[in-house]
Amino acid sequence: MSAIGHENFDRPALATGSTEEEVPLLPPRTSIGESVARIAIPVAMLVLLVVAWQIYVTVAEVPHYILPSPVRIGQAFVTDWPILGKALIITLQTTFLALGIALVSGVALAILMAQSRWIELALFPYAVILQVTPIVAIAPLILIYTSTTGQALLICAWLVAFFPILSNTAQGLHSTDHNLLNLFELYGASRWQTLIHLRLPNALPFFLAGLRIAGGLALIAAVVAEFAAGTAGENAGLAFRLIEAQHRLNIPRLFAALVLLSCTGVAIFGATSLVSYWLLRKWHESAVKREN
Amino acid sequence: MPTPVVRTTVAEAPRTIVPQQQTLVSLRSISKTFSNGTLALKDMSLDIGRGEFLSLLGPSGCGKSTVLRIIAGLGEPTSGTIEWTTAEHDAAGHAHPEIAFVFQEPTLMPWATVFSNVWLPLRLKGESKSSAREEVMEALRMVGLDAFADAYPRELSGGMKMRVSIARALITKPKLLLMDEPFAALDEITRFKLNNDLLELWQTFGWTVIFVTHSVFESVYLSERIVVMAARPGRVFEDLKIDAPYPRGDSFRTSALYNENCRRTSDALHAAMGERPH
Repeated sequence: MSAIGHENFDRPALATGSTEEEVPLLPPRTSIGESVARIAIPVAMLVLLVVAWQIYVTVAEVPHYILPSPVRIGQAFVTDWPILGKALIITLQTTFLALGIALVSGVALAILMAQSRWIELALFPYAVILQVTPIVAIAPLILIYTSTTGQALLICAWLVAFFPILSNTAQGLHSTDHNLLNLFELYGASRWQTLIHLRLPNALPFFLAGLRIAGGLALIAAVVAEFAAGTAGENAGLAFRLIEAQHRLNIPRLFAALVLLSCTGVAIFGATSLVSYWLLRKWHESAVKREN
Repeated sequence: MPTPVVRTTVAEAPRTIVPQQQTLVSLRSISKTFSNGTLALKDMSLDIGRGEFLSLLGPSGCGKSTVLRIIAGLGEPTSGTIEWTTAEHDAAGHAHPEIAFVFQEPTLMPWATVFSNVWLPLRLKGESKSSAREEVMEALRMVGLDAFADAYPRELSGGMKMRVSIARALITKPKLLLMDEPFAALDEITRFKLNNDLLELWQTFGWTVIFVTHSVFESVYLSERIVVMAARPGRVFEDLKIDAPYPRGDSFRTSALYNENCRRTSDALHAAMGERPH
């Protein structure tokens, strides 16, 4: 999304198979009008929707416990911020810690599996089983085995975020160009050198695609696990506050929590996309702007 | 660095009389059966002279690429031996630092700049970027791409990518350069230009080159010797010597001598293909 294709790439590609005389040309820069429109149109659309919502609620006199007006939700944001902000931090902690652990463990296991066909045969089926079993169904069991609910939530979110990173990275490590592998062999590269200089860079785009999926999934799993686990009090995350608001018919706060969750999801997606774009912008087709 | 004079002397000496002195590598009854049962090569024997420009010419499926890979040590023959007559080459048939391989595809790492791609063979030997800089830039100058050191492969044309691949091959100062249909995917203008550049580099460095191709015209233009291979099973069909002086330029491409050699080679190739049982 947003980040990709926004910036101009300074050196355009020469068409494959073209003759030697061709010289790289600078592509025309995106016009200022287009850049403004890219931001202005979605913002205008958002404003339009919010205004229409406000007018509808006011004119039709919809009670706030059924559909609160945007202004009312804004008020809830301000008054409930001590509660919601704290919940947001708890949810973010769970999400990012789970994502971090998933990242490290997923990549490590993928590398381990790439070293030997036997290790892969032994481990991969269990990774699949963990992935396909619904997390809500495992959550009660995890709750029994962990001492705090926080740990249980972390494990749930990790389990869900782990698999896309593992499978994508493993796929990337396996799909190394055969000729390049031969070349490394010919030049006497060690296993370690082949991993560092060839297999890992080759797996990077795959890994980043996995990371983008895992980022969103980690948040979803953190919320779902909290629904299942039902934390309360000091350690309550956004999901608990959302359920709580529903029980109390505090619909403006429910909406505010929902908006926070959506924004968090969008922010995670944006951040992972940005990282992906930034790491691949120089060489990978997915991040490069081409002119035809 | 050997001069062209040294190379010419070596190549034109009569191989048949004193083969031990200038043979670089000998294939002795090499056979290769793939795991699916295909007999790719049968009883192939070949002496390759030091400093020689040899082409392996044949229809697809005649095992010419397989021969190249076996010489490179990328796959063991099912039976037969490879003898390296010079001491620098270890007889195990594994990675030889003096061998360079150019594939049909440029086989560049897309995430690395032109500089880093050429640096790779030295980097794998533990040479740092700063200490390799001079050599890398020199190799890039040889192929006329020193201005593109910081470019990424995707920014280059097909011909330029192949030049990078050649620069990477020559940076190790190989004794033996193995080329597997390196210019097959390029347009004719680029191919002619790279043919000339390759001959020039060969004369400068005194490499031994084994060049796999399916083009009669390319093989005659480049080679001192053409080994025509037949398919199913892959074997040597005919061993032709191309008696034409170097340097060869565009005038050679249009000469009667070139035509005559092309016809001779073409006839041999047709005979090799016609002989194949259907």
